[in-house]
Amino acid sequence: MIDDEPAFADGATVTVTQGGTEVGSATTGADGVFVVEIPGNGTYEVALDTDSLPKGFSLTDEDRATLSGFRVNLGDQQATFRLGDDQRGGREFSDYATTFAKGLRLGLIIAVAAVGLSLVYGVTGLINFAHAELVTFGAIAAYALTSAGVPFWLAVPIAVALGAGVGLANDRLLWLPLRRRRMAMVSQMVVSIGLSIAARNLFQVFYGPNSNRYSVSTGQRESAYGPFRLTPNDLAVIAICVAVLLAVTVLLRKTRLGTAIRATADNPDLAASSGIAVDRIIGVVWMLCGALAALGGILYGLTLNVRYDMGFVLLLSMFAAVVLGGLGNAYGAVLGAVVIGVVQEMSGLFIDTAYKFVVALAVLILVLLIRPQGILGSKERFG
Amino acid sequence: MSWLSIVALALQTAIGFPAASYALAASGLNLQFGYTGLSNFGMVGFLLVGAYGMAIASDRGWSIWVGFALAVAAAVVLALLLGIPTLRLRADYLSVVTIATAEILRLVVNARPSAPLTGAARGIGGLSENLGFFEPNFIPEGRYGIGDSFVFTSRQLWSMGITWAMVLVVTLLIRSWVRSPWGRVLRAIREDEDAATALGKNVVVYKLQSFVIGGTMGALAGAMIALNAGSVGPSRWIAPFTFALYTVVILGGAGTVWGPVIGAIVYWFLLDFVDGALGNLWFEVSDATSGAIRLALMGVGLMLLMIFRPQGLLGSRKEMFASGR
Repeated sequence: MIDDEPAFADGATVTVTQGGTEVGSATTGADGVFVVEIPGNGTYEVALDTDSLPKGFSLTDEDRATLSGFRVNLGDQQATFRLGDDQRGGREFSDYATTFAKGLRLGLIIAVAAVGLSLVYGVTGLINFAHAELVTFGAIAAYALTSAGVPFWLAVPIAVALGAGVGLANDRLLWLPLRRRRMAMVSQMVVSIGLSIAARNLFQVFYGPNSNRYSVSTGQRESAYGPFRLTPNDLAVIAICVAVLLAVTVLLRKTRLGTAIRATADNPDLAASSGIAVDRIIGVVWMLCGALAALGGILYGLTLNVRYDMGFVLLLSMFAAVVLGGLGNAYGAVLGAVVIGVVQEMSGLFIDTAYKFVVALAVLILVLLIRPQGILGSKERFG
Repeated sequence: MSWLSIVALALQTAIGFPAASYALAASGLNLQFGYTGLSNFGMVGFLLVGAYGMAIASDRGWSIWVGFALAVAAAVVLALLLGIPTLRLRADYLSVVTIATAEILRLVVNARPSAPLTGAARGIGGLSENLGFFEPNFIPEGRYGIGDSFVFTSRQLWSMGITWAMVLVVTLLIRSWVRSPWGRVLRAIREDEDAATALGKNVVVYKLQSFVIGGTMGALAGAMIALNAGSVGPSRWIAPFTFALYTVVILGGAGTVWGPVIGAIVYWFLLDFVDGALGNLWFEVSDATSGAIRLALMGVGLMLLMIFRPQGLLGSRKEMFASGR
């Protein structure tokens, strides 16, 4: 900032090294942005040549000309060098507002992805570790379709439908037979872990270890909406999430199917004896779960990029959301997800961003200590 | 590479240090999961604190015994922190909280501000020199074995010898424990917690004891892995490590005395054999792909094992709670 105007260093040299060998270097443009191609995920060292800074520019913190141990987990990562006097004490209100909005966006995405996890837990009692792979599947299916030339707006519903199919296949081919065998829940969890590991690595084999972006998510520019600075995609993602979550609420509250789902979740035996086809309801819930997870994956892919382990990265946040809201309570899962998303993003303003996930998980453990039934869970269902 | 040498190499791993360290960690997991029915999905967190306990002791110039003490102390504290709030709740909570905690620990040791203690992403090196782990090694320098592939260096023999000795001690201890009244209570909790409570047993205390002891064994395995490698970094302690240990336990037979040992040997033999075989096919498979295929096979194997032979190699179907009641 020079005279209250944002200023960027033009022509500064930045070098990226990995394990002592140079990976690449770049010079910043007039907008102060540099781009260095890296071979893949890993830990890098990003060094700014302070002598190459234009006149009048200097680092805020002289010791941070080199960012060592810079981890790239999701294919690309932004490295920033702060210039000028330290103004970190004086962060503007719009920074907080924007971070809050991004947290809300993340939270809503987690909510869309995690509602299915919660519903499946509700009707079957299974904590499905392979849920993460349903999320990844949606994102990868949409990416494959767009790469094949299908327009994005058409690829999304196809991928969601495919997700629903995979969800149903999951139930009919694997979980229904295991339920019939009366397999213990712990064993079913271990099976879901095996499925998760297998599916994730098969994604890596067939999709490859790289991250890719949807073509619609490139070239997005932030504009100001009141105190919030958001891209058009951010707005679209938030709108879609809210619409979908409302639709799920209406489905659960106002339709016969929703009543049947809630009855099954409450007590499967009682539901069966009052004439509800429990296995069919569970199949429908799995379809819903697969579809919502696929949509969540696509939306998450829109905000970051598409990777074979993107769902797994999100899995712990989804667990945290589901437990926070009360296991098996779909509305609780939404509330928990928003809390987790906002807390995760906002915490980045106050503590090192490396601890972002830690905060979400620490919240989870604290909640279990204080209120194990979750925010919306009812007490008597826990033993 | 010839098929004979692939088999020899797989055998070398199956009786070498990798199998020994997995057997040690899996013994702890077996006590928790196999005997008590605790679904600890964050076992790798215990290995992590064990390894870092040893590494931090080395970094500060303390002795190897302080390192072991730190590793054990850290595991006990971690187990109490995790166990007291969650062991009262249903099993699902323990699984979610343990997997989350293991991930937290990995992220924390990896984070930049933790660098003064853990070395962040770079980790801590120079353990062998600082702690003198290999100094009492009396085995003369040289290579021991048959052929080109089934050979061990004297350092390898030293670390695997010590670790297998620890496995033996731990296994014999577990054998005597599970045959005692204490072990019978653990199994009663596994089969029916409410019945055990009705018989006047304080279920939470028994579960906590099993959790702490099992976690300590995990930490010892982590410390041995650190000593053997000579360095500790954050990248090794990821969730699939835990599930590899589950595969070992279930493969050998959950809730059997020698299950983890047999499981570890068979697991490493199969894993290394698949690895060698993938490198020996008529078409080229890249390293990253073959690593992924190997893990995918492990996942499928874990599923099939759990579905079709939940009692593993040694277990009896009658006693295996996981086969359903």
